[in-house]
Amino acid sequence: MKTRALQPESFLITQEPYYEAQGEEISLFENAYRNLIPVLLKGPTGCGKTRFMEHMAWRLKRPLITVSCHDDLTASDLVGRYLITADQTVWMDGPLAQAVRCGGICYLDEVVEARKDTTVVIHPLADDRRLLPIEKTGEVLAAPAEFGLAISYNPGYQSVLKDLKQSTRQRFVALEFHYPSPELEQKIVDHESGVGAERAAKLVRFAAMTRNLKGSGLEEGASTRLLVHAAKLMVSGVSAPYACQSAVAQALTDDAEMIAAINELSRSLF
Amino acid sequence: MATPGDQTNTQDALTVAELEDRLDEMLDAVLSIRRSTTAAATALARLARPDQDYACHWVEVIAKTNPELAFHFASHVTAALTRMRSEDREAWIIEAMDTYDRLGLYPAVAILADAESFAAARDGQARTATLETTAPMLELFLQALSGRRLKIAPGERIYTDTTTLFLPARLAILPTREANRMLYKIMATHLWAQGWFGTFRKDPLSLRSEWERYAEPERAARLFYALETIRLDACLERELPGLYRELRTLRADAPPQWADAGRRLAQKDASVEDTQRAVAALYEGPLPQAQIYQGILDLDAVAQAMNERIEQERAALRNALGKLAREHAGMAPQERQFTVSNDPGPEGTVQLMLDGQPLVTPPDVQNLMKSIVQDLGDIPDEYLVAAGDGGYAPDGEKRADDVWKGTYHEDGAFLYNEWDHRREHYRKDWCVLREVEVHPVHDGFVADTLRKYAGLSARLRKTFEALRGENAVQKRQKNGDDIDFDALVDALADLKCGRELNDRLFLRSRRTARNIAVMFMVDMSGSTKGWINDAERESLLLLSEALEILGDRYAIYGFSGTTRKRCELYRIKEFTEPYGDPVRARISGIRPQDYTRMGVAIRHLCRLLNGVDARTKLLITLSDGKPDDYDGYRGEYGIEDTRQALLEAKRGGIHAFCITIDHDARDYLPHMYGPANYVLIDDVRKLPLKISDIYRHLTS
Repeated sequence: MKTRALQPESFLITQEPYYEAQGEEISLFENAYRNLIPVLLKGPTGCGKTRFMEHMAWRLKRPLITVSCHDDLTASDLVGRYLITADQTVWMDGPLAQAVRCGGICYLDEVVEARKDTTVVIHPLADDRRLLPIEKTGEVLAAPAEFGLAISYNPGYQSVLKDLKQSTRQRFVALEFHYPSPELEQKIVDHESGVGAERAAKLVRFAAMTRNLKGSGLEEGASTRLLVHAAKLMVSGVSAPYACQSAVAQALTDDAEMIAAINELSRSLF
Repeated sequence: MATPGDQTNTQDALTVAELEDRLDEMLDAVLSIRRSTTAAATALARLARPDQDYACHWVEVIAKTNPELAFHFASHVTAALTRMRSEDREAWIIEAMDTYDRLGLYPAVAILADAESFAAARDGQARTATLETTAPMLELFLQALSGRRLKIAPGERIYTDTTTLFLPARLAILPTREANRMLYKIMATHLWAQGWFGTFRKDPLSLRSEWERYAEPERAARLFYALETIRLDACLERELPGLYRELRTLRADAPPQWADAGRRLAQKDASVEDTQRAVAALYEGPLPQAQIYQGILDLDAVAQAMNERIEQERAALRNALGKLAREHAGMAPQERQFTVSNDPGPEGTVQLMLDGQPLVTPPDVQNLMKSIVQDLGDIPDEYLVAAGDGGYAPDGEKRADDVWKGTYHEDGAFLYNEWDHRREHYRKDWCVLREVEVHPVHDGFVADTLRKYAGLSARLRKTFEALRGENAVQKRQKNGDDIDFDALVDALADLKCGRELNDRLFLRSRRTARNIAVMFMVDMSGSTKGWINDAERESLLLLSEALEILGDRYAIYGFSGTTRKRCELYRIKEFTEPYGDPVRARISGIRPQDYTRMGVAIRHLCRLLNGVDARTKLLITLSDGKPDDYDGYRGEYGIEDTRQALLEAKRGGIHAFCITIDHDARDYLPHMYGPANYVLIDDVRKLPLKISDIYRHLTS
């Protein structure tokens, strides 16, 4: 029996990912990391949580292993499982075990989507024990000081059925993310797409308008990510109202009336 | 007199006498010596037989609603049928009946009498945009623009009181419907701009006192509005350049003498004072026509709405601050010092500070402050005094329960259409429904019932446990948590024989989750009094206990009411509410009330069900009889409306099922629910036993 694992070097981020700090989240994350405390990132979709993690992994020079959680994610998907080759079984570490072994940062994206029994495997890792028991091999992995754990979730849209358990959430330092301030968001959209300050400002104004509609038929307003998409389309020569329609209005909702209203907004702005 | 046999044999037109007989029969109630149907019959006699039958049919239908209205209909129908295309006739009739429902007899008669203008309007309809279809989009549009939430209502004139925008019910000024919809948008944005860019800021009535200093105040007012529109258009050009491009196509140019003033008003810092100054400068000059999207300035309405709002918002803000202060420290709120940053941001955002420290304000407080800034320009100091514990000020909102205490109102109520099978159309916003609380009763009922049915309860528990979603292990999977050794042995044997290695070697556990939401709709009409009510309560209690095991989401509502203006749904358990003593006490508190208006209850509960995310949605009705209400909601009418409501539910993906104890139910339930979707229980005492059984069958 031999252990197979992906090379941790492949998860190292060498180029600086572009990130504009909204507040003091960078120093807070660094301090939590040094004090071996796991971090919970809260915030609406597309506001920069994943980008922030990439940036922090680059800053701290640790490999970043990201797991996008889904409702069929089992504990062995995280910890690992036996695989069978011609005449033997081979243990394959899951992403979480890999991160523990190589002292990387493990980021569980949208953690509430995972099955409830799955989130429990991170409990011993997320308190002062910092252990990952691997039941099937009888191993107990002790996490090195370099190991970091971060999870994210969006408190806005999940249903009541998918709430984070108190026993899980009370193990983390929480960082709250919002959409960036208009000036900052304009800078981000411009930087990511090269659309120019004036049109970026209009896009940001447009996003603020759709965010006013949250709760009146829209689950979420347009995220920074959607704005970047629209801006990129505009840079490639798509007309502004059409880019807004396809990258924002249609992406946000299927409701015909709502789409009509959002289209009127973009037509009014551009 | 013609017999029915004659009518079917000959398709000849009816004579005046025959028509008069038929009309007399239908309109008997409103005829007198001085008022006969001769004129109507004489006119009708000129029509062909199908038209005559059509007219008589509708006279009969309308007479059931109101014979007086039917009489007027009979008098005008000939002219209308000659004038209108066949598809417009029915629209004309329904419009008149809707108007009757909404506003009463005389406005409805007016519509019947003026068939000509209705027909003309229908002719123009190809280019008409209606507010009814445009308003939902416009409301979203305005809400997104920023500022407080504005309502849109149809009005004779175009104006705003800063709470509601009044727009014409239909627009046919421009040549195409698309253009008229655009005009709606521009009118609405123009009215929005009045509120947002400060036309009425601080004191709207002071505008008028300015105008009254001129020789012709009326002229000054019109001049003011024209100049103010220039200022607002410039604001829109800056904020919404795309919309401004459309607006420019509609705008008439200002007279050349206005160029200087126009430049000043177009500047970013121009305010309503600049407009007043421009009025003074240009008073002697020409007064151009109003722009097509302009309305009127109704300063009294604005002043009234603002005063009401300002009062309410001051109290609301002070209450909110009191709450914030208490949350932030145990100190008495009066001792805390609230301040705001002096300069409101571009969106009217204000930073609230407590003892000099910036405070995170909840969105509702932030919106409240924005609204205050929009009215007053900033937040006055006296607003920033936190209300103490006793400082509760009524928020001015009328509550649903208050409806019969004082004057009648429809605030906080839900309006639903009702199906009139005779018209084959909905009556618009016909039913006024309110959700009310059940008064919880803490008596021995819960304990008694649980004791009485202890055996049954345990049995239910067992059967429901068996239904619960369980972990099933799936064998021979490509991926999984564990190795499937049976598969592995087979595969290795295959391999040794030289066959291909099967790759399905894993076990995978999968939870088959139940994803069901159930709404129980319980008949609380007066006829359930006595043992039916007891059986209902016992059933609900046992079922709730059992459902807790299953983990299905469920809600319980009771329905009753008297007349369409007072339909009530009694909230016993909401979907999100956990089952516990308060729910038990409310089940215990279910008491027979009034009548059974089922359609509106079904419509509202389906709306609630549709708000729940579940794969299977069930609406289970517990009832003891036919739909029945005081104001004609009985017999065929009630059954057809209920059926229509159930069809709507079905279209929304909701499965409806009815449990009834009415012995005659076989006559009408299959028609309403469909042949397989109801069950009749002959002995009400068996209801608690049966209902859980039924539930199990329905959901597994």
